[in-house]
Amino acid sequence: MDQEHTVNPAPGSLETQIGAWRAHLRKSHTIKSPDAAELEDHLREQIASLSAGGLSDDEAFLVAVKRMGAIDALTREFAREHSDRLWKQLVLSSDAEQGDGETAASGWSRKMWMALALAVAAAVAIKIPALFGLPFDAEPARAFYPRNISFFALPFIAAYFAWDRPLALRGRMALAAAFAVAAALVNTYPFAFSPKGEPGHTFILTMLHLPIALWMCVGVAYVGGRWRGSDRRMDFIRFTGELFIYYVLIALGGGVLMALSVAIFEAIGIKLEPYLQNWIVPCGVVGASVIATWLVEAKQSVIENMAPVLTRIFTPLFALLLLAFIATMVWTGRGFDVKREILIAFDLLLVVVFGLLLYSISARDGLARPGLADWIQLTLVGAALVVDVLALWAIGSRISSFGFTPNRVAALGENVILLANLGGSVLLYAGFLRGRVAFSRLLNWQTFYLYIFAAWAAVVALLFPLLFGFA
Amino acid sequence: MSINKDLVAASSTALVLAILAEGDSYGYAILRRVRELSGGALEWTDGMLYPVLHRLERSGLIESRWAKSESGRRRKYYRMTDAGRDQLADERRQWQAVDKTLGKLWSAIADCADISVGLVPLLQRS
Repeated sequence: MDQEHTVNPAPGSLETQIGAWRAHLRKSHTIKSPDAAELEDHLREQIASLSAGGLSDDEAFLVAVKRMGAIDALTREFAREHSDRLWKQLVLSSDAEQGDGETAASGWSRKMWMALALAVAAAVAIKIPALFGLPFDAEPARAFYPRNISFFALPFIAAYFAWDRPLALRGRMALAAAFAVAAALVNTYPFAFSPKGEPGHTFILTMLHLPIALWMCVGVAYVGGRWRGSDRRMDFIRFTGELFIYYVLIALGGGVLMALSVAIFEAIGIKLEPYLQNWIVPCGVVGASVIATWLVEAKQSVIENMAPVLTRIFTPLFALLLLAFIATMVWTGRGFDVKREILIAFDLLLVVVFGLLLYSISARDGLARPGLADWIQLTLVGAALVVDVLALWAIGSRISSFGFTPNRVAALGENVILLANLGGSVLLYAGFLRGRVAFSRLLNWQTFYLYIFAAWAAVVALLFPLLFGFA
Repeated sequence: MSINKDLVAASSTALVLAILAEGDSYGYAILRRVRELSGGALEWTDGMLYPVLHRLERSGLIESRWAKSESGRRRKYYRMTDAGRDQLADERRQWQAVDKTLGKLWSAIADCADISVGLVPLLQRS
């Protein structure tokens, strides 16, 4: 017990004691001030009832605090419930680390070494094919490197989480099997290449979609195999956003470093480019992904989560853009100039809007009252839907005359999936703004969609080549 | 007798919802009611009630508002929503099923025990 709690009662000492208790409570970041006020009300009620039963203020305070529970246990329980707050506080990664500071610290350095080891392993892995006559710069037979692009970084990130999280042996085997099956299929598929060696549509589609499908496998490792809870999946979405930002930052730094090294070695007449292209760039690209993974895990508290901050800046801007676009269309009466690429352009638009929506709701306090930001968000998504439906309408009549190439089927499928997602979001969001729907329904809807993205990406990556004859 | 922690946690949703079904309430009063009804057997650490309330609020089963209490302090009151009512009906069915199953087992065991009590002396004699 603190000194203050045992000193001689002075006038107002109960207030001082409660003040000290409240201050102690507020030190934890997971208990926000309304929560603290609620708990304090409880404490005071308890004290009043005990005092009425004949206890002195001091005794009543001690008993009431004891009944309230140890503050450490309390904050942990609040952290578990409010995992969005917790996410910034590093407490999350495993329950085992809730011991004393010393073991937690050694846990972190252990993780750092593991991340370094895996980064080196990834860097070595990307150079191994070179030993077998597949140099990185020369164009080898049947595009070996693009074909296997998913397998140079993702398995190492998955391995990091499989090691870090309490994942059952069966889960680890299933993960390894998923990667192995994907690798086997992609390398045995007889993709068609033009005589000049240019790859066909299905090859490019597979290259684009396989990483997305496998990223969901990383997600399974990230949540330690417990992917059923919506909260865990939301954590993975947050992690993905932060990882992307960290990776871009590291890549920018790496770019500066390399540009400078080329420049200064140039000054003494040594050409560095071939080494950079063959060694530093490929090794750096895969190694940095593992390091970025570890950084996101380790440094969550150093900066505020960036993805939500960025969405807060760009949501109003994109909403304005779309409203201006609709207004211009109405004002000038211009229709869509239906070109072949139009579907892809609108897919990208929907992806951006989807990302903005996802990362703004990932950071929103589900209990806060609806505010201006929510209306802007709803406007953005609504406007995107209108624009996309207009575009689809315009394409609709001519889509069959374009012919159903794999590219177009994939683009159309993605458009429909995103449209359904955003349509559902608009309904739920509007319901939330009118106070009819709990905010968690919206979160569940978004995290549920991870399954659909994973399934669709897997279908495009692995089934489309078969359906379209590897064209 | 005290009830084990997992069981307390498992029953918390049903308990809170059922108490709020009687009328709007706040943390301390909910806890007092639980203590009263269980005769002290269901012992919650006071603070642990609040994360439960917040979870229920987030999933839209209950809603809260701040209001002045009779003592003049600001106090957070909770109220059940329609979704909460549905959930409570569901919880109720589940708990009744558990209760019924266990009830049958208790009486089955009791019958067995009667027989075995009679058998033991026989076996010991032989």
